[in-house]
Amino acid sequence: MLILNIFLSFFKIGLFSFGGGYVMLPLIEKEIIQGNAWLTHSQFIDIIAIAEMTPGPVSINLATFVGYKIAGIPGAFVSTIGVIMPSLVIILILVKFLSKFYELPIVQSIFRGLRPAIIALIGLAFIMVAETSIFFDDLRSIGIAVAAFIVLTLTRINPVLIILGGGLAGFILY
Amino acid sequence: MKNNNRDFSEKSDRVKENVPDTVSATFISLFIIFLKIGAFTFGGGLAMLPLIKNELVDKRGWVTSEEFVDLVAVSMTAPGAIVINTAVNVGYRIKGIPGSLASVLGASLPSFTIIMVIATFFLQFQELPKIEAVFNGVRPAVAALIAAAIYKIGKPVFSNTKSMFFIFFYLAVSLILNLHPILVILMGGLSGLIFYRNDIKNS
Repeated sequence: MLILNIFLSFFKIGLFSFGGGYVMLPLIEKEIIQGNAWLTHSQFIDIIAIAEMTPGPVSINLATFVGYKIAGIPGAFVSTIGVIMPSLVIILILVKFLSKFYELPIVQSIFRGLRPAIIALIGLAFIMVAETSIFFDDLRSIGIAVAAFIVLTLTRINPVLIILGGGLAGFILY
Repeated sequence: MKNNNRDFSEKSDRVKENVPDTVSATFISLFIIFLKIGAFTFGGGLAMLPLIKNELVDKRGWVTSEEFVDLVAVSMTAPGAIVINTAVNVGYRIKGIPGSLASVLGASLPSFTIIMVIATFFLQFQELPKIEAVFNGVRPAVAALIAAAIYKIGKPVFSNTKSMFFIFFYLAVSLILNLHPILVILMGGLSGLIFYRNDIKNS
């Protein structure tokens, strides 16, 4: 059943989203695009852009939007609940039984090991997005990407403004 | 856990000292606080931590500074969005499981409603040429955003040869073998136990 599958997919996605919202991108790519063909890559990239610009955590925005795209309002409900549920369960367990779990040496070792994995997965996310947005024969796309990167790393301007700036550049240049 | 049965209907001495305006914690107030936090979080979850601290520690004293540090560590280590994890954590500490549900509902409602509104219109307008033009500019900016995130998260790690090896290793197996990202995460955790044990012991 579609609704159940959406819930299960997003539960899986929420369960393994360590280290921030961007790790969710390759997870969604695998579960939703490759695994189930519920979405195309270019549709997904646009959804990512909007999820970045709207209030709220990127992961919730993404889940809601993708769920809606797949199965309308019921889809949006179950995808959002699905992605939140692992947080609910895990945090409740941790607070009740293991509130200082992050101080345990074993846990710290695991997280040291996780860091390269997280970086690699965000690298995958970058490759996926860059493939559909930056083209060697389109200098405008390269220019916007480089300019945005420089502003993001050297200044503390709100990323939302950077994306809007990109949109404005797109409006003018394309 | 020590603070499970804290009674917020009376002002504690600590709160009387530091906080000008004390509201006894109710489900509604939990809901509304996290509604506000959820509505003003843009992009990265780390940016909203000062807002949460202001609302919970400074303004209301529902959480002490030490507890807040603890909270943040748990929220960042557990999977899922930092805001959501924090909402569950704080909600539970104050009003048990129903409290955590009220907090999470508040934190996710702005996201959910705004996205639903945008999604209903967006999917109709996506095809228009001028909208397409805007997104031709937005997409490279998003790519840059992700690259900037890699740079920020990776900077401390790039100097470590062992970690660099693992980063390239995971990238290679993911791209060549088309591995599920969950497997990469599991490998990462496992490699932590095997290869990073000594790093922790020595630090």
